[in-house]
Amino acid sequence: MAMLEVQNVHAYYGKIHALKNVSLKIEKGEIVTLIGGNGAGKSTTLRTISGLLKPREGAILLNGENLADYKAHQIVTKGITQVPEGRRIFGQLTVTENLDMGAFICRDKKLIAENVERIFEMFPRLNERRKQVAGTLSGGEQQMLAMGRALMSNPEILLLDEPSMGLAPVLVDAVFETIQKLHAAGTTILLVEQNARMALQVASRGYVIQTGEVVLHDVADSLLNNDMVRKSYMGEN
Amino acid sequence: MTLAQSLWREGIKTGAIGGISVLAISLVGMVESFNKRDIIADFLSMGIAFIMVFGIILPYIAAKRTTRPEKHIIFLNALTAGLVTAVFPALLVILGNIINLRSMFVNASPVLYNLLTSGVEGVGGILILLLAGILCGAFAGLLFFLPGLIRSVIIVCLTSILAVGIVQDLIRPLFSSWGIMEVVSEWLFTQNGLTIAGTIFIPIFVGAIYMFWQLKGEGIKTRYNTLESGTQKSVKMSSFFVLAIFLIFLPHILGLFLSEVLTIVGLYILLGLGLNIVVGYAGLLDLGYVAFYAIGAYIAAILTSPAIGAFTLTFWQALPFAVMGGIFAGILLGIPVLKMRGDYLAIATLGFGEIIRILVLSDFLKPWLGGAQGIAKIPNPAIFGWQLSTPQEIYYLILLGCILVVFISVRLRDSRLGRAWMAMREDEDVAQAMGINLVSTKLLAFATGAGFSALSGAIMVSKIGSVYPHSFNVFISINIVCLIIVGGIGSIPGVIVGAAALVGLPELLREFADYRMLVYGAVLVGMMLLRPEGLWPEARHKMELHGEENGSDETQTATAA
Ligand SMILES: Nc1ncnc2c1ncn2[C@@H]1O[C@H](COP(=O)(O)OP(=O)(O)OP(=O)(O)O)[C@@H](O)[C@H]1O
Ligand SMILES: [Mg+2]
Repeated sequence: MAMLEVQNVHAYYGKIHALKNVSLKIEKGEIVTLIGGNGAGKSTTLRTISGLLKPREGAILLNGENLADYKAHQIVTKGITQVPEGRRIFGQLTVTENLDMGAFICRDKKLIAENVERIFEMFPRLNERRKQVAGTLSGGEQQMLAMGRALMSNPEILLLDEPSMGLAPVLVDAVFETIQKLHAAGTTILLVEQNARMALQVASRGYVIQTGEVVLHDVADSLLNNDMVRKSYMGEN
Repeated sequence: MTLAQSLWREGIKTGAIGGISVLAISLVGMVESFNKRDIIADFLSMGIAFIMVFGIILPYIAAKRTTRPEKHIIFLNALTAGLVTAVFPALLVILGNIINLRSMFVNASPVLYNLLTSGVEGVGGILILLLAGILCGAFAGLLFFLPGLIRSVIIVCLTSILAVGIVQDLIRPLFSSWGIMEVVSEWLFTQNGLTIAGTIFIPIFVGAIYMFWQLKGEGIKTRYNTLESGTQKSVKMSSFFVLAIFLIFLPHILGLFLSEVLTIVGLYILLGLGLNIVVGYAGLLDLGYVAFYAIGAYIAAILTSPAIGAFTLTFWQALPFAVMGGIFAGILLGIPVLKMRGDYLAIATLGFGEIIRILVLSDFLKPWLGGAQGIAKIPNPAIFGWQLSTPQEIYYLILLGCILVVFISVRLRDSRLGRAWMAMREDEDVAQAMGINLVSTKLLAFATGAGFSALSGAIMVSKIGSVYPHSFNVFISINIVCLIIVGGIGSIPGVIVGAAALVGLPELLREFADYRMLVYGAVLVGMMLLRPEGLWPEARHKMELHGEENGSDETQTATAA
């Protein structure tokens, strides 16, 4: 049984049919990537998994359990945490406060403190800026903070929405290194990316989504060599 | 920038703002009506002082805005701004002498012209006015070149003359009630305006205190910070103790009238702290907040007044019902607006406030709520058989309420719920993704705020003894939102300062009563331009608004590194 399974999901924004019969599977410990162009429905897929948007048809199963009846804030406690698109850190709070907020579901102060230290070890850059107001961090640091904050809830599955967006190449590399580190530590990851090449290099499998529909699904290596993918998402002719 | 450009943009344009302001306050009648009172007896009237404030502040701004570094250009800009500020009223006088402006501006009277020209007829008067403008400009220019400390001391001294001059009517009775202080009072004040001695002594006194704090304040603070935590604690305790004693004796020091003002401010502090939870902590703009004030007031009235007669509970028996009623109404309002944010929420809550007011006004509910006549004969509260009836006594009840509500506010702010509010305020989606239940978090904010408001309402009716629907109009809600913003959103001391400034000051400055809304509007606009974070901001907001320059610097070095 797959750890996370999205089964024939249809989701709507009012009348807009944003997801059409989307199905995905993610096995424990795997990195799976979801690639697609602007407005294809990648973020919508993540929003549906984390409960911010409820599917009109279809089901989302976590370890076989249907998540339909859980609200977004309860799904976090089930072990699914999303790093939303565009970072969206709490700009007025300090770095440490942001991290604390990520552990909202945890009531054990000691555990939270340990977790904070763990995150600071993983991101030494944040450690130097513990007391800094997060809104004044650089883009790359904000992305690290967003990831660190999500990790504070000790998720089993991390949903990353375009973590490399708007970052300089050096920082993109750093973000992908972090993803691999997390993977090595046993976190299951669903990675949404426009940077298809890098995403497919770290992922084991990939799904391609176009106008709300999954049009292609394969192991990462094959997708890397797929003509359509190379043309549409890696900018090759 | 060339000299001509600098003169035009920085000198003349800034001066024009001053000139137009002076014209405006003259033509609405402020200058003339303020002129009935003197700041300094037989020397400086309030109206003239008011004009001079513009005549000095705008040239100062002109000097500050000057981009060219040359001192003579800065000074020239200040002079120009001063002159231009005076040109506008001068033109008014000239025009007014040629044609009759009174059909358009009722206040454009010979009395006003006389006042602007210091009573000198013809060209001489105009010249005096222009010269005064230039002198004000020169003063502002010189002020600008002084070293920071001396400059701020001078500003503080001048402000103290102005402030004491304006509120002297309130200070004099205070002094005379203390026996020997009456002599001091006679030495400082006449029946109308400060004496020469007062004009010299008061700024020296205030300036000295200010200077002492400027020079030694930092030292005292660092010394306090280096104290052992035990000693620090006892310093804190003893200052709390002094504060407590002060608060206990305050109504007796202040006398009846000022105590009355104090109780009104206190009720608004309660209201403000409640709305601060909704707007400041949870970020939900609620414009119908007065509804809960009304609900608390009416529940307390119905339960205690023999005029209704259905129940005749005491204040203390009725209070829990009033507060619970407010909380319940808060939740009830919260449910339909759960999905709304920002402007939409503001409009919806605005509607709710009006619904409640119209309900209590309705003929249909008249047998229970009294309709437009309201409910009278509401008994005063009692503590251990001591009937609290005068403002000086009710003060203690309100003080108690404020202390309680401040305490709850502080505890909530630092609690898990407080953090949930903060996260929700910043980003609802992300808050949810962190595991925060938006529904309960929002409803708790509405409920807590409404509870505080209802508490204030219940105390208010038991203080006044009656309640009318018209005391719950939308301006109360707006007033509370304004006092929170002026004080500093999300800041507890900010609410107290905001209430004192926006509710207390207008009560004290009766001359301003006719122009209350005008002054209010001008102050709000000025605040938003000059100090958008509020008078006493929460540390966080201050960092955000003023740390910007440093912040982006740090970001740059961070990216470069
Ligand atoms: N709140 C919303 N209301 C209405 N339509 C929406 C909303 N959010 C997204 N959509 C629409 O749904 C479709 C899918 O959007 P989605 O955000 O999932 O795209 P995406 O694949 O994440 O694109 P991008 O790479 O640009 O982030 C788009 O056509 C978009 O316009
Ligand atoms: Mg997206």
